[in-house]
Amino acid sequence: MTFASTAVRTVYQAAFNSLERPLLFVQNLVGMRRVAWMFLLPNLVIFGAFTFLPIILNYFYATTGSDAILLSQRPYVGAENFRTLLACKDYLDPNTCQQDIFWRAIHNTAKFVVLQVGLMIVFSLVTALILNRDIVLRGFFRGVFFYPVLLSPVVVALIWKWVLQRYGLLNAGLEEAGLSSVNWLVDANWSFFWIVFVTIWAHMGFYVLILLAGLQAIPSDVYEAAEMDGASKWRVFYRITLPLLTPTMVVVLVLSLIRAVQAFDEIFVLTGGGPGTATTLILHYIYETGFAARPRLFGLAAAASILMAAVLMVLTLLQLAVTRSRAEG
Amino acid sequence: MATVLNFLTRRRGRHGFDLTDWLSWAYLVFGTVLMFGPVLWVVLSSFKTDAALAQYPPTLLPFAAKTVAVEGYDKPLELYRITGGEYQGRHLAEIRRIGLVAQMVDPAEPDKRLKVNIKDRQPEQALAFAVSNYTELFSRFNFARYLWNSVFITVVATVITVLFNSMAAFALAKYKFRGRTAVFLLIIATLMIPPTINLVPIFLVVSKLGMVNSPWGVIWPAVATPTGVFLLRQYMLTIPDDLLDAARMDHASEWRVYWRIVMPLSAPAIAVLTIFSVMWRWNDFLWPLIVLTRSEQFTLQLALNSFQGELQTNWSHLLAMTVLTLLPITFVFAFLQKYITTGIAQSGVK
Repeated sequence: MTFASTAVRTVYQAAFNSLERPLLFVQNLVGMRRVAWMFLLPNLVIFGAFTFLPIILNYFYATTGSDAILLSQRPYVGAENFRTLLACKDYLDPNTCQQDIFWRAIHNTAKFVVLQVGLMIVFSLVTALILNRDIVLRGFFRGVFFYPVLLSPVVVALIWKWVLQRYGLLNAGLEEAGLSSVNWLVDANWSFFWIVFVTIWAHMGFYVLILLAGLQAIPSDVYEAAEMDGASKWRVFYRITLPLLTPTMVVVLVLSLIRAVQAFDEIFVLTGGGPGTATTLILHYIYETGFAARPRLFGLAAAASILMAAVLMVLTLLQLAVTRSRAEG
Repeated sequence: MATVLNFLTRRRGRHGFDLTDWLSWAYLVFGTVLMFGPVLWVVLSSFKTDAALAQYPPTLLPFAAKTVAVEGYDKPLELYRITGGEYQGRHLAEIRRIGLVAQMVDPAEPDKRLKVNIKDRQPEQALAFAVSNYTELFSRFNFARYLWNSVFITVVATVITVLFNSMAAFALAKYKFRGRTAVFLLIIATLMIPPTINLVPIFLVVSKLGMVNSPWGVIWPAVATPTGVFLLRQYMLTIPDDLLDAARMDHASEWRVYWRIVMPLSAPAIAVLTIFSVMWRWNDFLWPLIVLTRSEQFTLQLALNSFQGELQTNWSHLLAMTVLTLLPITFVFAFLQKYITTGIAQSGVK
């Protein structure tokens, strides 16, 4: 440990010494009034190249066609990509749409978002309430629920794929209990159930943590007063805990909505969007259209991502409004 | 036993252990099994031989068939215990199986071949950890390469992230200049635009810069995190300006003020950002999947994904690799859990 910290210190020192002279020169060149920009510059250059510029470029891609990546080689097609995506006789039936997979992905995403976020909030709340109690080994149990949050999505998916496979642990357990085994990831309905389950398993701990922080921010004298008045446990929960936790709940709701709309990694590895397109979500469609399939339809992918961005923008503005009102309130 | 029960039902302040306490405990124990069980199952399975992995129903611990070297046979033969028939109670090695009859041999008398009905024999098994699943990752697969790619991207991206984000945060927290609010809002606004929305144009920028199939194509787009700037700026605002002014009195350059005063004082926030950045980059999947298409550039996550074939999955090696990939994060979790959880609880980001 001392060796490591000495090494870090030496590198830190060396970095400082080698950079001081040139940066002092820059400081004298630009003057004290503009020295802040010297510090901002590296970050802003990266932001510009990989965030701001792409936002603008995205619109150029969405309005041009062909499979060329260079914008100069792409013919202008106007709103053609959007028209292709939105060409549908009946929006509730993906089979009547020109891009039927896009609409299937939208349907799946909507279903996924509602189920995943709804169930995750219920389970996170129950878990947070229990972990907030006075129980032995509380610290350990908190760690237990948080651990999967740190695992990579690929690892999460592979862990569950191994448990759920045809001759896996779950099926062995079911047969042991006298039930029949199921080919979980081949059946469309079960696959959908499992992508909801696995994403909740992997991300729940994060929301439990935020809810716990919210629960602990509720002053204890409120509870003591209620206890003095002889309020029942349910009454305390409905009249004190829930109302005082609402702002935290809204933050959790919005954060989990934003993430659910963009769900991809675990599902891609676990089911590959299948069977068929049963678990293909919107980001999967974008990846498939723009990068995996040949020819690469960049325009269609960009148009789809702009539609997704619109949804996310609304959700994020909601989040900002909520956090602001919470900070002020 | 009574003391154990006493400990488990202990509560601060109040006395008694009512129904809701029992329900809570049941929930937590069930939760522990559900959260850790699958991970533990993968760890145990990763030590199984191919034969043991194919066994159904599976055994909990990694068992492998016992083998015995018999004179006159090149390969070691699998050992069986005979449970019925003529040779009941003896231990015989199997030479080959023909239909329902197995040709077997007693290791003590290698010359005599015995015929046994396959119903009358039970394989002899012993606890054996198939460490070869792990060693073969290095000898037969390019695991060291994937590991190096992952470590390189994680370390380099984290160093750059901390450096650039802290510089920007320093400027935004400690200088008054025109456009400060605008720049801060602009950076915060990018929280609204996750990279997943701009996949196509970011790919154009990366390919224009010639960084497709290069670790830099993963590193550069990821280093300017709005989260990091925000986290560090909020922390740096709490550092008193007097300290900085005192250093300036002593003719310290602005770079020295930043590097020698602000950075060391921001150590707790920098630690949080470092841990976050390590986790982000180590676990990254979609963007590397797009940028890195050659297998020698794969990160661990991409290698794991490519290992699971469409038809045939090489589970014995895949499981070992999964365990090696989750190991570093598990260590981070075991030692730094407190930092991570307080960091998340304070900033509301992950």
